[in-house]
Amino acid sequence: MRMPALKLSAFWICAAVVALVGALLTIFDVVVINKFIFFAGYVVLQYVVLATAWNIMGGYMGYVNFGTAGFFAVGAYASVVLYNLIEAPLALMIPFSGVVCGLLGLAMGYLTLRLRGVFFAIATLAMAIVLETMIINWDYVGGATGAYILRSREMAPFGDYVEFLFFVMLLLAIFAVAVARGLEISKAGRGFIAIRDDEIAAECAGVPTLRLKLIATTVSGFLMGVAGAPFALYVGFIEPSSAFNLVYAVNAIAMPMIGGATTWLGPLIGALLLGTVQQVATVTISSELNLLIVGVVLVFFVIVAPEGIVGLLRKWLGGRRDDR
Amino acid sequence: MTADALLDVRAVTKRFGGFTALDQVDMEVKAGERFGLIGPNGSGKTTMINCISGTLANDGGEIAFKDVRLDGRKPHQRTRLGIARSFQIPKPFRSMTVLENLGIALEYASDAAPGQVEERGMAILETIGLAERAGTNAGALTQIDMRKLELARAMATQPELLISDEAMAGLSSTEVDDILDILFRLNEGGITIIMIEHIMRAVMRFSTRIVVLDAGRKIAEGTPDEIINDPEVERAYLGE
Repeated sequence: MRMPALKLSAFWICAAVVALVGALLTIFDVVVINKFIFFAGYVVLQYVVLATAWNIMGGYMGYVNFGTAGFFAVGAYASVVLYNLIEAPLALMIPFSGVVCGLLGLAMGYLTLRLRGVFFAIATLAMAIVLETMIINWDYVGGATGAYILRSREMAPFGDYVEFLFFVMLLLAIFAVAVARGLEISKAGRGFIAIRDDEIAAECAGVPTLRLKLIATTVSGFLMGVAGAPFALYVGFIEPSSAFNLVYAVNAIAMPMIGGATTWLGPLIGALLLGTVQQVATVTISSELNLLIVGVVLVFFVIVAPEGIVGLLRKWLGGRRDDR
Repeated sequence: MTADALLDVRAVTKRFGGFTALDQVDMEVKAGERFGLIGPNGSGKTTMINCISGTLANDGGEIAFKDVRLDGRKPHQRTRLGIARSFQIPKPFRSMTVLENLGIALEYASDAAPGQVEERGMAILETIGLAERAGTNAGALTQIDMRKLELARAMATQPELLISDEAMAGLSSTEVDDILDILFRLNEGGITIIMIEHIMRAVMRFSTRIVVLDAGRKIAEGTPDEIINDPEVERAYLGE
């Protein structure tokens, strides 16, 4: 139950090393690598954020959110709005998208958290569809035809703009994982797990279940919005069908399931693994193969390792479960 | 209400659609009392407990605990006021160990400082007789141990009133004595206990006062001896 100080700093040392390596690769170009690596790596890291955000509700608390694409797209479109209004820089877009989606999460929480299980999942899916319909009919952000966002070709000191976006997404991924981990080892995180195990028993043990659920939907929404904020800049063009793509929702669910949904490490592993496989398959085989891969891998894990890779590792390491 | 009433239930009514599960029931539990709540199946005992603990909202009447109105308060707020309950069908937090189960209640409902949680949890497990299961996964417990965990987790909320909802159903007679011993001990420690039970031997031995419900109405109230000899109670249980 008590976290030794050593373990705490180990996490932050790892995070700092990862950030440093990212900076070395993008700013100083210490190793000359194909620019496509950054382009593909951005997508993988974006999934790290989305899967981690999803897991706060889905993994810790057991509320399956099918509306990840909705949050992601609202985050992306919030940036477009800010861009259209004041040509805001990315540094403003990210917190703005986060706050908009955090509020969206809070609202969704209030409206849907009386629902449980499959009913909650359907409500979140419906929310994403409603949001998409609204965006399609909102001309200010391009409506159904989409909108262009002009980005500079280069960004000092990174050189290529995609390298800059890669580095930003790397920092966001570190931030998301740190938030999830912070929640997990907190009092609130233990409350989440009590809710997942038995909501009524949790309430009767003194856990303020509604408040904790709203914290989870808000934080989860915030992180999903943050992941979507640079999307329009990354692609250069945004349209509803790409921003609201169901792939985001499916991946955000599949990745934590494959990695292991009970700990922050699970979505991280799942997203890195599945995200990379998808990117490799897109280049080497075909871009249509993505979802097939997700499906096959997911079925495999549900049958062979229902607790994901982290669960498998725990079993191999001697069945200890008090290593959180 | 009398001065020493800990829990005061006044004319509480609960309807499910057209069905009246509780019809203007009055009940008063004094501090330190061992109170029995009995009645045939479907008489409204568990509904009453749900109204007191807040998992159901009563449609009419009022409930007060230590002179504080409970109506409109959420279950977790009532728990923090000092009302704890166990569940008829055990509801352990299955992905946690026994000690972690208590940790949730200690962290959220008791005044234990973060550093004391483990120590206080172990102390409760000692009292209940679950100490050697502290590290066991709650989902892997035997029936009797799950019942004990229910009581232990309720105790971890630091209650003044403990409601034990059929903690002995389905247990063997030595196991029933085991649970009875625990409840006697908790009561001696100053906790007021409401026992809901079908096992008459247990309720009659345990309770100092009993209320009998039948079809949502209170049909009798008194000492175990008075209840046993009450013709109305006999009719409710055995028919005409």
